[in-house]
Amino acid sequence: MIVHKVVDQLARFFGPDNLGLLWQSVGMTIALTIIGCGLGFAFAFLITLARQSRGLLGAVLRIIVTLFVEVFRRIPFLVVTYLVLFGIAAFVKGASLFLIAIVAICIYATAYLSEIIRTGFESVPHQQIEAASAMNFSRWQTLLHVILPQSIPVILPPAIAFMIAFIKDTSLVSQIGVFELSFRGKELVNQGMSGLFVFGMIALIYFALSYPLTRLGRWLEKRLASSRGQEPERQLRQA
Amino acid sequence: MHHLEVKNLSASYGKLRVLSGFNLTLSKGEIVSLVGPSGSGKSTVLRVLVGLTPPTGGEVFIDGSPVSYRSKADIKSVRDRMAIVFQQYNLFQNMDVLRNVTIAPLKIKHWPKQEVEEDARRLLAKVGLAEKLHVYPDQLSGGQQQRVAIARALALQPEILLLDEVTSALDPELVTEVLDTIRALAKEGMTMLIVSHEMAFVKEIASRVVLIDKGTVVEEGPPRQVIDTPSTERAKEFFGKILRH
Amino acid sequence: MHYTFQFGVAWQRLPDLWQGALLTLELGLLTYWGGALLGLGLASLKTYGGPIGKALANGYVTFFTNTPALIQIYFIFWGLPDVGIVFSAFNAVLLGLTLNTGAYLCEIMRAGFLSVRRPEMEAAETLGFSRWQQIWHVIVPHIVKTIYPALANYAVVLMLGTSMAMIFGVEELSGRAYNVASENYRHLEMFTLVAGMYILLTMFASLLLALVGRAAFRVKTRVF
Repeated sequence: MIVHKVVDQLARFFGPDNLGLLWQSVGMTIALTIIGCGLGFAFAFLITLARQSRGLLGAVLRIIVTLFVEVFRRIPFLVVTYLVLFGIAAFVKGASLFLIAIVAICIYATAYLSEIIRTGFESVPHQQIEAASAMNFSRWQTLLHVILPQSIPVILPPAIAFMIAFIKDTSLVSQIGVFELSFRGKELVNQGMSGLFVFGMIALIYFALSYPLTRLGRWLEKRLASSRGQEPERQLRQA
Repeated sequence: MHHLEVKNLSASYGKLRVLSGFNLTLSKGEIVSLVGPSGSGKSTVLRVLVGLTPPTGGEVFIDGSPVSYRSKADIKSVRDRMAIVFQQYNLFQNMDVLRNVTIAPLKIKHWPKQEVEEDARRLLAKVGLAEKLHVYPDQLSGGQQQRVAIARALALQPEILLLDEVTSALDPELVTEVLDTIRALAKEGMTMLIVSHEMAFVKEIASRVVLIDKGTVVEEGPPRQVIDTPSTERAKEFFGKILRH
Repeated sequence: MHYTFQFGVAWQRLPDLWQGALLTLELGLLTYWGGALLGLGLASLKTYGGPIGKALANGYVTFFTNTPALIQIYFIFWGLPDVGIVFSAFNAVLLGLTLNTGAYLCEIMRAGFLSVRRPEMEAAETLGFSRWQQIWHVIVPHIVKTIYPALANYAVVLMLGTSMAMIFGVEELSGRAYNVASENYRHLEMFTLVAGMYILLTMFASLLLALVGRAAFRVKTRVF
């Protein structure tokens, strides 16, 4: 009897009606993660650069940016999502849910990733910065030649780990109606499929997305731990 | 006219007065050594000269013309004439030896590639590291790293070289190679201000020793005179303690 | 489209939000301690258990850390009834978050177990401590000091994580705000207040944890 039921559910789940939609929802989950976190990383980078600015204007910029980061790291992602939803809906008619989700993910990712990037920049020993300064490096030159190459191996592992973990957080945007994996699962259950089966399968799909990437992330971390972000004498070396 | 003249220099770290009324002169090709207990302000003198710490008062002159540390442009022009080598070598870990030496002349001074490279190779050969051009700092010993740091400072063709306790962080066996490098530079007539505790070396190489304590000059003169037969009480106390071991 | 902000209306419902906040704290505390016990058990199993114990603990942790908490709660709330196990919304969230937290705290605690160094144990041994004394006076303090920042940090993460209870109708802070907003139609204002309250709650919690850390365990943690 149970076997019969399981087979029936399997057929429905992997049947032509569902399979296409399932793929779409998985694609959406992946797209949200990559686009949202990718944009978040770019903005986080700009933010960290902004935090280095000097002078009065720089001080104002620094305060705004610091405020942004500290605020959005202390609000649950679900609440950020709703804030973006209601915020955008108040001023823009007919904004797509996808856009709203991306904005929410972007804001959240920017706040978290900027801390990671900032820590990376600060991990470069201060003495090297002083040596650069004493040799008349401008702050941007120091950033480009000394800080960036050495901070990238420190930044990438946690940044990638964040993105991989975020795949799970995307499940929350299902609440505003975005057609990703969790949303599809809820739909199927609403249509009468077994909750046990559906959410079990959905869990397995998330697992299949998350676990290999997590392993990959750890491997990458090991690789980067041995490299040093090096700048060899490429141009001047005699061919 | 002195190559470097410092008059009444003062500097503070926050509320702490580190230097006050500090005076110093250096003639061209002269080697002066600055010695003193820790916290005396000797490293601060070098840091102020190279623009890493702002002075709170006093004047500095190079070749008779006054030098200012107020604007970025002012500091930049000072750094064009004075180079510093740090106790912790402070090499760029993400660049190999050759790149460490060539990067500033190339990217800051925009000197022509060919000349910069040839110059770097020559300098590295002079400090005895000709075979280590493409090695990274973390694969070098402390003494080797320090010699790269010296070559790096020289690559900018400074008029005056400032050496801040460059052997203090090294294991004893590695100290000689660095001292040899400095001796070679002395022979070539480089004007140098050396902060050090290596009293034997100071006696050998410096034409004058300046003892600094609590931010001011306590005693100065030829090394044998100041170190072996100090006249002030403080100097007697300091050198007595040092030379006892 | 022009939107008129009516914060006054939302501000009036602050007491409701405070009630919700209390539930958030309750949920957070229960799941944290439940998860901590579970995590301790799992970590012990993983470090000291036999091959079967290790495999089970590993499997559990791997599964629960690679699937979303939301799906885990969905499974409990919408799935288990299929086999006759029914939980109320609150209990489903409680159970789900506890199981989830257990997996994450296991990893934190295991790092603590692994951080104990032989020299410390040997020193204790040569000073005449018995096995139990070694564990109590040397190992446990060392472990706690090492993992306290991570544990404290996760507590804050969890407090924010309880917000997903709103999805199941639980009236913790977010859920309460949502329901109130359905009445007064001030969604944006209500959720802005909610955001502000979460910020206050987390700042307060971080401060408290940092102070406790310094006082009880002499651990220097970032206050903010």
